[in-house]
Amino acid sequence: MPASTENMVKVFGRPESLNEVQFSYCPGCHHGVITRIIAQTIDDLGIRDRTVLIAPVGCSVSMYQWFRCDGTQAAHGRACAVATGIKRVNPNLIVFTYQGDGDLAAIGTAESIHAANRGENITVIFINNQIYGMTGGQMAPTTLLGQWATSCPAGRDSGLTGYPLRFAEMVAQLDAPVYVTRQSLYDQKRIMATSRAVMKAFRYQIEGKGYSLVEVLTNCPTNWKMSPVEANRRLAEVVIETFPLGDLVDRG
Amino acid sequence: MAEAAIRGGCRAYFGYPITPQNELLEYMSAHMSKAGGVFIQAESEVAAINMCYGAAAAGVRTMTSSSSPGISLKLEGISYLAGADLPCVVVNVVRGGPGLGNIAPAQGDYFQATKGGGHGDYRMIVLGPATIPESVELVMLAFELADKYRGPVMVLADGMLGQMMEPVVLPDPVDPATLPAKTWALTGARGREPNIVTSFYLDPGELSAVDVKRQGRYRQIEEREVRYEEYQTADATVIIAAYGSVARIARTVIKMARSDGIKLGLLRPITLWPFPYAPLRALADRVDAILTVEMNAGQMLEDVRLAVAERTETPFYGELGGLVPSPRDILREVKRYAR
Repeated sequence: MPASTENMVKVFGRPESLNEVQFSYCPGCHHGVITRIIAQTIDDLGIRDRTVLIAPVGCSVSMYQWFRCDGTQAAHGRACAVATGIKRVNPNLIVFTYQGDGDLAAIGTAESIHAANRGENITVIFINNQIYGMTGGQMAPTTLLGQWATSCPAGRDSGLTGYPLRFAEMVAQLDAPVYVTRQSLYDQKRIMATSRAVMKAFRYQIEGKGYSLVEVLTNCPTNWKMSPVEANRRLAEVVIETFPLGDLVDRG
Repeated sequence: MAEAAIRGGCRAYFGYPITPQNELLEYMSAHMSKAGGVFIQAESEVAAINMCYGAAAAGVRTMTSSSSPGISLKLEGISYLAGADLPCVVVNVVRGGPGLGNIAPAQGDYFQATKGGGHGDYRMIVLGPATIPESVELVMLAFELADKYRGPVMVLADGMLGQMMEPVVLPDPVDPATLPAKTWALTGARGREPNIVTSFYLDPGELSAVDVKRQGRYRQIEEREVRYEEYQTADATVIIAAYGSVARIARTVIKMARSDGIKLGLLRPITLWPFPYAPLRALADRVDAILTVEMNAGQMLEDVRLAVAERTETPFYGELGGLVPSPRDILREVKRYAR
């Protein structure tokens, strides 16, 4: 017999900043977690009605359909240039980009680095899952050495394709960024730390302090060919060896 | 053109240096902030056009400028602007090509400008000024048309116009505050449902509906916005079809031809898209030849032939590599068809 919901109290709900729609992410993927963290942050800061999001090309391409704020979609890699255009003509808006490793650190390297170097007052959420998700698991600039991908079937070979690109470290050596951090989502403690980092990045933007980058190490169970539990273990035990967690810059 | 843009209500310019249009970028760097606008020298032409995408999405009149190789880089962004129905003005001061080519005047980008260039089924209004006063007029018009039909508009000049000085009376400035509100713009979803600016429609039915609607606007543009100039065509037996700088040279040729007793006239398309097919067709029925003259290997020629549909002779004379055709050489060609 189904339980009655009559006397139940709602203690946990969807953030106000999200529409009542289903995300298109795969089961066990961290995208959903970080998407929710951003929405909760927008709620907590009361900025839904002045936030503009820039969706990337990739698994989050239709992100603007999930958020209850103004949004657009940028050409592959160009989100930071689009964000620059929006923010400069209307500095009252809170502008954030949400980009994967291929988008931000391969095809969009120039736009991403130069927006950071100009100190654009925007927030960049960088999802580093070390693979191209939407296109079916090809090698990313962040793919670990030896890692299998559909376009490096023998594993990533540094002699052929170089090394995993540490984008946060690249941005951290610039003078302009106010906040550069690398976080992850493989356990509750990391999820809470990521929430705090996202909150700080948005708060700095509201305060007019400048450019923030929150790199988030995430999984991709589908293309890593792992269960979510195995994928989380890999993040915690293997991936963080190449991509150490923590704040790299905090000039706030 | 830079001052005309500011007077046309442009409040966001993004560019990257490339000869022969650096003066435009430099003028903007000095004057845009005085007008209360935004200027950024971007890291690339790609970044510049995408900054335009952002500014346009936020509801501000915006422009970028470049020259041929730089425009090739901007085509991705132009396609996205068209796909997301965003108004933006793009100035192309055309130079010799392909590849790095050279920095001399040329018209080799006609196909790229008028036939697509970027991916997808889009059209772009293309305006071809022949003088500096007309450049001013057409840059201001470009902003009006971009807003009216919600898409990118290109001003297709060439290296000669880019390096020329002529006296000009500047029109009164447009106050951006008096322009119609862009209710679709990304201004923050305060007291309204969120606005979305996108060119992405995964569902073929949905994308088709958006595309069909946009094509409807293109048909309206073709009906309403064709602009051209006829010069001494009333009694002409031979017509030169030319645009931009070449049309100026054609006027000299007409003077020379008429003193030799040849009734020569000029049809000068001002909108290269939409192209003035109908007026050309009308002329074709009563002249012996329409000689297309371009600084390329024959690009507008294809539109002239489409218009004329073999009703008359359609020869071509062109110079390549950044060379400018001389009046004497054009006259020699005219004489082959003048009876």
